[in-house]
Amino acid sequence: MLLLTGCDFLLFDPKGPIAAEQMDLIIISALVMLIVVIPVIVMSIWFPIKFRASNTKNEYKPNWEHSNKIEAVVWTIPILIIIALGTITYYTSFSLDPRKPIESDKPTMVVQVVAMDWKWLFIYPEQGIATVNEMAMPVDTPVEFLVTSDTVMNSFFVPQLGTQIYAMSGMENRVHLIGEEEGTYLGFSANYSGFGFSGMKFDAIVTSDQGFEDWVAKVKAAPQALDDEKLAELRVKSRDVAPMHFSNVNPLLFSNIIEHYTGALNGE
Amino acid sequence: MASNHTVVTEPHILFGKLTFDSIPYHDPILVTTFTVVVIGSLGLVGAVIYFGKLKYLWKEWLTSVDHKKIGIMYVIASLIMLLRGFSDALLMRSQQAIAVASESGAGYLPPEHYDQIFTAHGVIMIFFVAMPLVVGLMNIVVPLQIGARDVAFPFLNSLSFWLFVVGALLLNISLFVGEFAATGWLAYPPLSGLEYSPWVGVDYWLWALQISGIGTLLTGVNFVVTILRMRAPGMTLMKMPVFTWTSLCANVLIVAAFPILTVTITLLTLDRYLGTHFFTGDMGGNQMMYVNLIWAWGHPEVYILILPAFGIFSEVTATFSRKRLFGYTSLVWATACIMVLSFIVWLHHFFTMGAGASVNAFFGIATMIISIPTGVKLFNWLFTMYKGRVEYSSPMWFTVAFFVTFTIGGMTGVMLAIPAANFVLHNSLFLIAHFHNVIIGGSLFGYFAGLIYWWPKATGFMLDEKLSKWACGLWTVGFFMAFMPLYVLGFMGMTRRLNYYDNPVWNMWLLVAAAGALIVLAGILVQLYSIFASIRDQKKNQDVTGDPWNGRTLEWSTSSPPPFYNFAKLPQVRDRDHWHDMKEHGLAYQRPEKYNRIHMPKNTWAGAVMGGFFLMLGFAMVWHIWWMAILGFAGIMGSWIVYAFERNKDYYVEVEEIEAIENAHYERMERAKQRKDDVADDVVTISV
Repeated sequence: MLLLTGCDFLLFDPKGPIAAEQMDLIIISALVMLIVVIPVIVMSIWFPIKFRASNTKNEYKPNWEHSNKIEAVVWTIPILIIIALGTITYYTSFSLDPRKPIESDKPTMVVQVVAMDWKWLFIYPEQGIATVNEMAMPVDTPVEFLVTSDTVMNSFFVPQLGTQIYAMSGMENRVHLIGEEEGTYLGFSANYSGFGFSGMKFDAIVTSDQGFEDWVAKVKAAPQALDDEKLAELRVKSRDVAPMHFSNVNPLLFSNIIEHYTGALNGE
Repeated sequence: MASNHTVVTEPHILFGKLTFDSIPYHDPILVTTFTVVVIGSLGLVGAVIYFGKLKYLWKEWLTSVDHKKIGIMYVIASLIMLLRGFSDALLMRSQQAIAVASESGAGYLPPEHYDQIFTAHGVIMIFFVAMPLVVGLMNIVVPLQIGARDVAFPFLNSLSFWLFVVGALLLNISLFVGEFAATGWLAYPPLSGLEYSPWVGVDYWLWALQISGIGTLLTGVNFVVTILRMRAPGMTLMKMPVFTWTSLCANVLIVAAFPILTVTITLLTLDRYLGTHFFTGDMGGNQMMYVNLIWAWGHPEVYILILPAFGIFSEVTATFSRKRLFGYTSLVWATACIMVLSFIVWLHHFFTMGAGASVNAFFGIATMIISIPTGVKLFNWLFTMYKGRVEYSSPMWFTVAFFVTFTIGGMTGVMLAIPAANFVLHNSLFLIAHFHNVIIGGSLFGYFAGLIYWWPKATGFMLDEKLSKWACGLWTVGFFMAFMPLYVLGFMGMTRRLNYYDNPVWNMWLLVAAAGALIVLAGILVQLYSIFASIRDQKKNQDVTGDPWNGRTLEWSTSSPPPFYNFAKLPQVRDRDHWHDMKEHGLAYQRPEKYNRIHMPKNTWAGAVMGGFFLMLGFAMVWHIWWMAILGFAGIMGSWIVYAFERNKDYYVEVEEIEAIENAHYERMERAKQRKDDVADDVVTISV
């Protein structure tokens, strides 16, 4: 098991507070449940051994079928554990609500995410750029991801940053994430979306403020803009797509893509 | 499973969308499989005709309305489908074990094929293995447990069975004619819509599930009425055996939940066939509605699968602990709680859809609350063993394996129920490990325990105990080896349904999982051999008394297999463990003074014939062959009407015939008893 290092466990190697809290939550909930799980497993093995038919020295009570004391205990213990876990569940549902803005000195940056067949399109409305299968964000800056789909349902997920959210056509979903450590992390679709699904991965780059500015400048220097022609090309199904940069993008593209799937609602 | 997605053209008037290209004659794997299946089937049919058994098969089995025979046919069909579903599992495990690559095309299964395989695996294992296995066991056992002579609606039961067979046949036809869905087992739109899946795969999915789903719904109606209206005198609700109780709850769930499936599939069918937009945004439809509806059925469905297994564990634990079941009342109430709660937790299957915090919190906590009655059940079984005399029969092996496995599965289930944790665990291999943990370690182990336990009741001879114990050991070890690595991989961030991946560390764990799957395969082979060997040695393994395990409930008071009318005289039930109580008081095996004639239903052609027309309808609808669809529909209606006007549906079994059957049984028992007394050493003891 030499290959086992902490880094392999993406869920236990968080790079942001959301993912860190989720790791704690997984560990705490498991520990709380072990309070009852371990005794049950021990009893499951110990009782049939202890009360085996061949061991006639044991007390044998063939008609014993009820005990208020035992009933009280076996109802109370699970209830107490569920009260504890339920309380945790209630509070974390709010504190880790994907829609909840992350408090920070820095203003929240917006990135628009579009799932396509089979790649991810990232639109930076504030910077006026777009990329495919590469997403960069400055470290310690809260980012609000607005997520939709230009195709079937997908799920936008960077495990080391935390919370995934479904990308659905005609709808805007939101998730707030923040990266606290610089690095390039694995991002992918966590909801099966067709034949090219396995290759629907992207690089999630958390970088310094300067690094982010450099990255934006690099994208801006790209030879191509995301015009209608390029968009039509992107809409063609393709697999294992290498990152792409677009120097410019229609600021209304994201909402246009959403509206494309809600035609009737807009009276079209 | 053709991977050549044929160009969608205007349907031909005679052949619909069916063309020569629909048959995957250029795929060597499929052509070989097809040849083997065809030769095998022809050989089977040939053998049946050669041995002159065709008439017997038709008269005694295919047209039978006897719940025991229908139950046996369900079990046989589900075991065959288990082999198909498990082959799919092996294909997936081997693909993932070798597909380390950064680009599509790794391994030996391209996504176009692989994606059909994981879809088929899920559909087969849930709808065509777990469901028929549990329905088969209920068919065999429930009427016997409640002291009834058949189910409330015997013809409906036969029709249910045939509708299930039609669904399974359609699914298997898709392997060789056309293709199956590549959408995942629940076929979420828009992926399952016409725009993204214009091929016939999803249509096969629609019609296979629609037809077999209606069959299941009818089964539900049948068993709710049977259990509520046909219990032997004296058997009040709180004197019902626990398996009957859990079956009742499962069937109430079927009646409440399956209409949702029927409607959801109908809406998706309309979207695909008539261009409606229930689930696509363009015209005001909503894909989220589909996901909600399918899980509003889907979550109760998992309880439909697990509750009867809980019942089986209760029967097995009490019987082999030689003790009354501990906490019967709280077990019954726990079952009823689970039944109700299972309807208010469906949203936990998609916390990541983006519902608000309060909605997520509600469904998360509601889900956790289910673990309370479930935990209580576990304790009840444990305290049933406490101060008992536990005998290590193979059903008991499966039960103890279940206690340990299911506890782990329950724990990971509660972890997934916490919305904030679910946000990172959802759709990962952790989820896959969890639900296999509860479906294999919970439902399937229960069905296996039940199958071994009631096998002698259904067939008249025992399964080989030693082989069954081997099977249990291999299944348990194989399960842990195959699925514990998936928990680990989930923590590593590996998501489900991947065709290839570029992380070598994942590969190591997936190799372990593949090895685990091979151990499970060994378990399945041992089970098949055990069935074969037991049939071969059935004279030696005969169950003469009808009560090989020293059972506690009514089904053990009949001969094995029971006479077609089950009970010559309906029992007057006094105790929860009625048969045990009779044995205690020396009232068992007493011959009644006189018999009365018995009113029984006649076998009917209608179920099988209507099934044939349903198959025609389903196949025609898949391929848009409209004339054949009309013919199929007319055939269904026509045969239904003809059957409805038949007057000759029932008859009386005369006293002489009953006396002959009953006396033969008592004599067999006497002889066996004498032989036992004479040469005690030579006799193979049946009880464990």
